[in-house]
Amino acid sequence: MTTEDWPLWEVFVRSRRGLSHTHAGSLHAPDAEMALRNARDLYTRRGEGVSIWVVPSAAITASSPDEKDPFFEPAADKPYRHPTFYEIPEGVKHL
Amino acid sequence: MTVTVRTGAVLALGDDALVLSHRLGEWAGHAPVLEEEVALANIALDLLGQARVLLSLAGDEDELAYLREERAFRNLQLVEQPNGDFAHTIARQLYFSTYQRLLYAQLAAGDSEFTGLAAKAVKEVAYHQDHAEQWTLRLGDGTDLSHERMRRACEALWRFTGEMFQPVEGVDVDWAGMKATWLETVGDVLRRATLEVPEGPQSGAWTAGAGRQGLHTESFGRMLAEMQHLHRSHPGASW
Repeated sequence: MTTEDWPLWEVFVRSRRGLSHTHAGSLHAPDAEMALRNARDLYTRRGEGVSIWVVPSAAITASSPDEKDPFFEPAADKPYRHPTFYEIPEGVKHL
Repeated sequence: MTVTVRTGAVLALGDDALVLSHRLGEWAGHAPVLEEEVALANIALDLLGQARVLLSLAGDEDELAYLREERAFRNLQLVEQPNGDFAHTIARQLYFSTYQRLLYAQLAAGDSEFTGLAAKAVKEVAYHQDHAEQWTLRLGDGTDLSHERMRRACEALWRFTGEMFQPVEGVDVDWAGMKATWLETVGDVLRRATLEVPEGPQSGAWTAGAGRQGLHTESFGRMLAEMQHLHRSHPGASW
């Protein structure tokens, strides 16, 4: 058997309570349960996480590089959309 | 080699962890898939960590690991069995990790010099058991080929399981109760994996198992030679 027989899974790890899951990488596994365990071994063995999600890569709809301009270009010249004009109160993290 | 009760107990637990760790390490570069290679290496490293703590209780860990002769090792014959195919490795993991989890759970609840280590290691071992269980279910209840290989592996290693429940002097746990729970747990996994609990006694005249007395099976000498040759050729070598 080779990994070619096994579907690809995307792994999302939440590093601390209160933060959101972030993409950590991908792996091969025969099913979701094994994907979760493989993810634990590959991405959280140095204490990186408190929660893991695995998602079949095939279930992800991604934007295409060809659509880059219509998708992202209009945002480039609108600095007022950035929250940089506010004073950030002391003690607020992760903003 | 004559050893005290305490040293004998320490070596029994420590050598189990050390020898199984080395066997699992042999999969590095050979596992069926990369993800599984990392999983087996992780388990091997957990066991190596346990072995280091345990052997340090009995003396110098390097000396004990690398300079003892075969007959001075007190590990179960089960853990020294060659990796075989992947199903063999998984069957060995299922049998041993179920045993080790029960043993450590009892030691963690007790009050001995093993309590601290056992309390920490029991969580590691719970994961080892889960890993073995997941694979047993998938191989047993998988294809005809995987079912047949898993069945063969479970039967081949069955005769080494009785030795696990021979009481080790200096390790104060309920051995008989542990055996009953082990049989129940392993039996449940095998049945869910559409496998049968192997027939035949676990202990008796024909069964294997004198590792605790220092008697080992043929392949163990070769394993030790590989494990020890670097240290013996270059005494004191370090990274």
